[in-house]
Amino acid sequence: MQNRRKFIQTAFRGTLLTGVSLLGGFLIFRPVKGQFCGLDFNCERCDKSQSCSLPEAAHFRQTVWQLDPSKCIQCGRCATECVMTLSAVKCTHVYAMCGYCDLCGGYLKPDTKTISTAAENQLCPTNAIKRKFIEEPFFEYEIVEALCIGCGKCVKGCSAFGNGSLQLQVRHDRCVNCNQCSIARNCPAGAFSRVPASQPYLLKGIEQDSSSKPAKS
Amino acid sequence: MKQRIASLILFIFGVLTPYSYGIQRFPKPEFETGYVQPQTSMPSARLEFLAYLDVAVLVLALSIVSWMVLKKRSRTGVFWISMFSLAYFGFYREGCVCSIGSIQNVSLAIFDLSYAIPISVLAFFLIPLIYTLFFGRTFCAAVCPFGAMQDLVAFKPQPIGIRLNTILGILPYLYLGLSVLYAATGTDFIICRYDPFVGIFRLNASFGMFVFAGILLASGVFIARPYCRFLCPYGVILNWFSRFSRRHMSITPSNCIQCRLCENSCPYDAIDIPVQSKDPESKQARVKKLILISLIMPLMIVAGAYAGLILHEPLAGIHSKVKLAKQVLNPPKDTKLADTFEMQAFKSSGKPQAQVYQEALLVLNKYKQASMILGGFLGLVFSLLIAGRMLKKYNPDYTPNKGRCFSCGRCMDFCPIKPGS
Repeated sequence: MQNRRKFIQTAFRGTLLTGVSLLGGFLIFRPVKGQFCGLDFNCERCDKSQSCSLPEAAHFRQTVWQLDPSKCIQCGRCATECVMTLSAVKCTHVYAMCGYCDLCGGYLKPDTKTISTAAENQLCPTNAIKRKFIEEPFFEYEIVEALCIGCGKCVKGCSAFGNGSLQLQVRHDRCVNCNQCSIARNCPAGAFSRVPASQPYLLKGIEQDSSSKPAKS
Repeated sequence: MKQRIASLILFIFGVLTPYSYGIQRFPKPEFETGYVQPQTSMPSARLEFLAYLDVAVLVLALSIVSWMVLKKRSRTGVFWISMFSLAYFGFYREGCVCSIGSIQNVSLAIFDLSYAIPISVLAFFLIPLIYTLFFGRTFCAAVCPFGAMQDLVAFKPQPIGIRLNTILGILPYLYLGLSVLYAATGTDFIICRYDPFVGIFRLNASFGMFVFAGILLASGVFIARPYCRFLCPYGVILNWFSRFSRRHMSITPSNCIQCRLCENSCPYDAIDIPVQSKDPESKQARVKKLILISLIMPLMIVAGAYAGLILHEPLAGIHSKVKLAKQVLNPPKDTKLADTFEMQAFKSSGKPQAQVYQEALLVLNKYKQASMILGGFLGLVFSLLIAGRMLKKYNPDYTPNKGRCFSCGRCMDFCPIKPGS
């Protein structure tokens, strides 16, 4: 009796162990749909690196959450849905695209009585945009990240009236990389997706090359 | 001044043009004062090798706990490792990634061919299973931060009876089934969404999360480890793996003397009371029961699958594509209500309506199959539970139930026999 039970147990254990290892092997070595490596040795820039089963490529499978600014409709949920209480999504300024306008659509409310930079005319609810005079007639706008709540009001203004240099992005020093991003779940435009950790940022006006290699700190 | 007027005109012009993204309306300025454009800051994410450090800590913790439980038989040791796990996996790693949640990544990776599962997440799923297959549920004993947290508050555990245990024990299967269904169809990760403790680990969560955590911890004072026993979906898998484990914690270090001192020592009702006689029932009765079970089982599976078929539409209701299609199909009469962000995004994307319906139908078809399988699985679970209650096994000594025992080691201190004596 005892022997038979033991035999059954061992058999089941063997089956489970085989199953587990097959599952693990399958998930590691299965290529991702639509990716096939043609032995390009420039792996850092390879777009198939997630399918790579070489041990060196393991870290390409690490993913982070990314917001695609071209899909974003600036609904404002990034400010409220993030699990962090100052959202990990913040406005990012692509200086290379900025027109340095005096009348900045991202800085000033569009329907103001007087044209001035008084507080009631400013769009940002937390005063997170710092305006600095550079030279006639250019002004630099800087996002104070500690104050930005990611509401996207300035982004909406900038993309409607300006060059679209203000863009919402997941700031990865703040993002805790939840297994399921709670903003992604509530994003009406489906702008969030998992991307390889080697290319965390997607900004218009910045070459993908520079963003594919974030400054190693 | 000229430029200022020009920009003002453009500004007004901009108001009139419809919303569009990233148009170079204003030319890049040419600075004369030697101003240098600042770089756009892009802080990098957590270093990748730290994910492997987590895996290493997991393996180390599992090894030490298994050794503590099986060789040293030390409850104190297990306790201190559980405190370490609570600090590391709980408060330092903020409960993410955890083995419980990794079920969803694995099921998504199996069914969604465009998702490559990170190796570290896969390791978090597989390594505890392998350890359980050899040493029992030592992962639950002291490595899982959720368990450690609930173990801390289990001050006055009360036995709740076998019947209630069995009935509530169905919940984890349901939870597991639903979470695999929703993860595999790429809908949602419900384990993470309704995770009660991650809010405590982050010291930051929504009100609902804190209430859920509060209820679990408060009831956990009397019903030890309520999440582990009556909700944890990973516990289901560990339960089944542990039943076939090579070695398992034993209450007594040598032979049981039937002193009954350990009988009430388990806060989780996981000690099997001995069934003394070798044949507790006549052979005829046993055969009758087996026939009954073999009749019930297929019936339950079919009934479950049918229930899944009926319920597949409400189940699919939380998928974003289905939700959108419903909104597009019957928009609410009130224009204010109808103008949701989802509808705005749909309109600005310029997708044709037919495509939205098509996508929703594809999702619904997927759900039809998946919820039938889920229903069948739950039918099987029900019938197995009934079978388990009907059949009695010969078991002369007080032993931990290999499936339900968390290997926490509390009962070991109640045994009067000391190792080596």
